[in-house]
Amino acid sequence: MAQVLGEERELRRVIGDGDAVADGEVAGLSEADLVALFRDLVLLRTYDERSVVYHRQGRIGTYAIFWNHEAMQAGSAYALADDDWIFPSYRESAIGLLRGMPPETILSWWRGHPAGWWNPADYNVASICVPIATHVPHAAGLAWGKRLRGEDAVAVAYFGDGATSEGAFHEGANFAAVMRAPLVLFCNNNYWAISTPLPAQTRAEALVDKAAGYGMPGIRVDGLDVLAVYEATRDAVERARAGDGPTFIEAVSYRAAPHATADDPKAYIDLERVEEEKRRECVGRYEGYLKRLGVLTDAQAEQIRAEAADVMRAGIAAAEAEAPADPGLVFEHAYADPPPQLAADLAELRRILGGSRG
Amino acid sequence: MAEKLLVEAINECFHVELERDPDVMVLGEDVGRAGGVFRATAGLRDRFGPDRCVDTPLAEAGILGTAVGLCMAGWRPVCEMQYDAFSYPCLDQLITHVGRYRWRAGGGMAFPITVRMPYGGGVRAPELHDDSPEAYYVHTPGIKVAIPSTPADAKGLLAAAIRDPDPVVVLEPKLHYRTLRGEVPDGEHIVPLGRARIAREGTDVTLVAYGSMVPLCEQAADALAGEASAEVLDLRSLKPLDEDALLASAGKTGRVVIVQEAPRVAGFGAEIAAVLAEKAILDLRGPVLRVTGYDVPYPYWQIEDAYMPSVERVVDAARRLLAF
Repeated sequence: MAQVLGEERELRRVIGDGDAVADGEVAGLSEADLVALFRDLVLLRTYDERSVVYHRQGRIGTYAIFWNHEAMQAGSAYALADDDWIFPSYRESAIGLLRGMPPETILSWWRGHPAGWWNPADYNVASICVPIATHVPHAAGLAWGKRLRGEDAVAVAYFGDGATSEGAFHEGANFAAVMRAPLVLFCNNNYWAISTPLPAQTRAEALVDKAAGYGMPGIRVDGLDVLAVYEATRDAVERARAGDGPTFIEAVSYRAAPHATADDPKAYIDLERVEEEKRRECVGRYEGYLKRLGVLTDAQAEQIRAEAADVMRAGIAAAEAEAPADPGLVFEHAYADPPPQLAADLAELRRILGGSRG
Repeated sequence: MAEKLLVEAINECFHVELERDPDVMVLGEDVGRAGGVFRATAGLRDRFGPDRCVDTPLAEAGILGTAVGLCMAGWRPVCEMQYDAFSYPCLDQLITHVGRYRWRAGGGMAFPITVRMPYGGGVRAPELHDDSPEAYYVHTPGIKVAIPSTPADAKGLLAAAIRDPDPVVVLEPKLHYRTLRGEVPDGEHIVPLGRARIAREGTDVTLVAYGSMVPLCEQAADALAGEASAEVLDLRSLKPLDEDALLASAGKTGRVVIVQEAPRVAGFGAEIAAVLAEKAILDLRGPVLRVTGYDVPYPYWQIEDAYMPSVERVVDAARRLLAF
């Protein structure tokens, strides 16, 4: 029987404010690690900001913005080994960048082009889960299945505060606990599920309280503090790899951007609070920390930003250079061994299209 | 070859397939310690261990959802839904993920999941132990569906489902788990998906059925003996559908009665009728008729026989068609 740790209600924080709140540090992170984390943050931030622009320019479709979620994504992903699996929701659509996935792949996904659908086994990054929370059981199953095979891998499932109301979250969390699956349940609590605020989502005082109900430990962390997120995830991953089962992490933030490009939050959001959140956004906060620590100069930071901008320029160019998808792909990949009717349907479509494509 | 009950044939299939392929694992509610509420998985936990015949939490969507992840980890999961209607919570996973994940992965990952469940009525059970949900599954892209009617097919179709590279739902006629006995080939036995079986040869009218309606149609064919020669076509798998066998039989008899236990509207019988309308119109000597359950919730069991297609209703439809 796994030992049940009490959940932490106090927000874990490492980064200070350069004033009254002193900076802490995370043991085991080298200066190179600290800069690498900054590079990840900047890459995600650049991806997100450019994507909003690309959407406005009509170059990608509707896009789910993750501005100011970068610390939660980069911090947690940095605590993983390459063999560990990531199960993203649409809010983490670009997390594959941290696993070497080219930006054109993810941009193609948002462009609705087949080149945007990757093989999860290539990156150990599952497909973007569009419905809410239904990937939590997948992550539990993968983690459990790896453990049964004697493999070392851990899985992380990302989901939002609204997802904790879904049955799939409950079933996945409970399965993971019962099977002692090496899973990290990473909740990015940004307070909003589109327009529904957290108090309309749950009567729990804190989402981390849910952990106790599953017999697993919970950690509550400042979601804008990349180092605290990293450390919390590292603790959860170590516990999972040691065979002690899943951990629930609640990373607390506040959504300072629209839910997606199709959303106008002015109708429901607290605009003053949004401005406050923008002032303490996670990338700038970490940049200030690194500069106070003396491991990052202005020139280095600019260099890293310029590199990320180049990556995105090349990414959108590559995505836009993709040849138009063959309509025949409509019939591909759904089955390994398709029912014969699909071949007849494809033949008919080709005849009607004039046989000009493919 | 030995004579076995239908549920015994399923159990034997499991023993063969788990022995043959170390990646096959069984998961579901009460499948381990109890061996399944119908004993379909009896003996597996003792023989293959609790990690390959897993008693899960009581959570159908969780069972199928974790099965998706188990596939990603290299397993070949066989999920039991304890009863037909208890499978509805797993429809979410089935529709949003199981039927789509291979496509999403660009064909790069396989999801060889089998979902099996006892289905159908006539067993004097409480509400929601009697449904025939095949249409939901057949309608879901990426999913194949098989329904055996004999012990040999129950073994062979389940083996085909387990070995199939795609997700397959197998509906087992629970009415016949312990009332139907038949010869079952020993050892490995496969009935390929997509091949129908002529259960009874005939020349005047074709009774198209699957699962528990096949023995009923055979009784109806007996009842028609002397006035008409009825062919009984057992579809065995609804997707892929053996259109050739369907069209051949319709071409031979020119008359088709489709018999399904599920409610009528948008049931699988409607699909059969549409295929006949598209591809056999000049072969038909009369309208395609359906004998089905009604478009009501499956009834109180004291009057369930009035809901279920009966020999009398099938014979009546056949006679109407022969007189057309």
